[in-house]
Amino acid sequence: MDLAKEIEPTADIDGRRRTAGLLAEASADELRAAWDKLPDKPDVKAVRGPETGLVMVRGRIGGGGAPFNLGEATVTRATVLLPSGVAGHAHALGTDKIKARLAAIFDALWQEEATRSFVESALLGPVEARVAAEDNRTAEETAATRVDFFTMVRGED
Amino acid sequence: MYVAVKGGEAAINNAHRLLADRRRGDRSLPSVTIEQIVEQLGLAVDRVMAEASLYDRTLAALAVRQSRGDLIEAIFLLRAYRTTLPRFGTSVPVDTASMKVERRVSATYKDLPGGQLLGPTFDYTHRLLDPSLLTDEPIEEPARKNASDERVMRVSDILAHEGLIEADGDFPDDHEAGDLTREPLEFPMGRDLRLQALARGDEGFLLALGYSTQRGYGRNHPFVGEVRIGEVDVELEVPELGFAVSLGRIRVTECQMVNQFKGSSKAPPQFTRGYGLVFGQSERKAMSMSLVDRALRAEELGEDITAPAQDEEFVISHSDNVQATGFVEHLKLPHYVDFQAELALVRKMRADIEATRNGGKDRREAAE
Repeated sequence: MDLAKEIEPTADIDGRRRTAGLLAEASADELRAAWDKLPDKPDVKAVRGPETGLVMVRGRIGGGGAPFNLGEATVTRATVLLPSGVAGHAHALGTDKIKARLAAIFDALWQEEATRSFVESALLGPVEARVAAEDNRTAEETAATRVDFFTMVRGED
Repeated sequence: MYVAVKGGEAAINNAHRLLADRRRGDRSLPSVTIEQIVEQLGLAVDRVMAEASLYDRTLAALAVRQSRGDLIEAIFLLRAYRTTLPRFGTSVPVDTASMKVERRVSATYKDLPGGQLLGPTFDYTHRLLDPSLLTDEPIEEPARKNASDERVMRVSDILAHEGLIEADGDFPDDHEAGDLTREPLEFPMGRDLRLQALARGDEGFLLALGYSTQRGYGRNHPFVGEVRIGEVDVELEVPELGFAVSLGRIRVTECQMVNQFKGSSKAPPQFTRGYGLVFGQSERKAMSMSLVDRALRAEELGEDITAPAQDEEFVISHSDNVQATGFVEHLKLPHYVDFQAELALVRKMRADIEATRNGGKDRREAAE
């Protein structure tokens, strides 16, 4: 089965990337809460996983030069199929298989016209807001540790 | 010669049972949880992830707990675990320029875009034991200030505008980054492989080598261009999708060491660089790594190789603490037969010497 072929026009890539990123950031609790709220739970078929493996994380020499292998990270992934034939994929750091399976389901539901707005309002929106709030908090805490230099006046004039 | 012997099974079982008991300690005290280790011993967790070369805070905390806080044992456990997993792929290189910075300091520029951000640092503490931590007193919330949108610019980019610093390290476009988990080490190696080895290298070993360069054994005139700590996105190209998606974020520490360089037959006078990048928050390790990275570039830059820190085979062959502890600690395993052989050999040598001495004495006596 060639899953790549049945997936969306390229114009939607940004949307898929944003969805995948937010699903990876979502906690298992957030995903479970959204699943509990979902009115019509689809009969989901597991195509692959959920399974845990490794991704070799690369850095760049000097920050921007040639790539080198920094070390690995655990990643858990899942692929599911909705009854409509739409496939959902999920990849997230860590070893949480329930999270990966739910994230794959929501990835598929996001691609369906009928359920996209539910996924946005019940899951992606709140996750995006939480991550933004956490990032803002960290940025503000860091900003409070910024050094303000002042020059000591020396001499007689 | 190796001779198989059996025995000790009951002793080993009971020893492991005793280990589990000592690990738990006094049962009247609550057991430490994985979440507590992640939250309150985070830098130990970070060290285990860095040197195990596996980013997973929960599993690293489990390893710390299982090893009773013996971090090299914890690193060993996590290394062993990673061998049980398949590899899904290789990430897009992380972009440390767009890091969500939690700390960033530069020793070369006072006022630089993004500013000096101290973050949660031990620097400027007085290193006095704090008796309030003997009990569980409430801790103040951190101070907050409006964050500016100013980009936290790389120091190397500032110097690059003047052309006084070498570029980030490059390889030809068709060069595939080496991977020491897949191929045996061969010397000399590329800087990419060296950095992989250093990133997982023992912090203490790299610290000592970095220190040795400062004390004159391969001096390279370093300045901390910058150290930054924060989270970066990890992205993976997913074949089913045909594009890269984010897997989440990891915290890393990056050090750009800027080194004075008077020039050689191979390169003009300019600033050269050593690079450090480490999982988690560990600027001691990132700084040590960048000092050693720079020292190991001696040959590339046409410098004399005179010191241990410049000797690639010496440094990289001994930087891995799992290998090192394996070989050192194996000495305590039974060597009964080897030792019996040595014992017989020493007895024979001793007997030969005594026979020679006595023989000489006998001859002298005969001559008298």
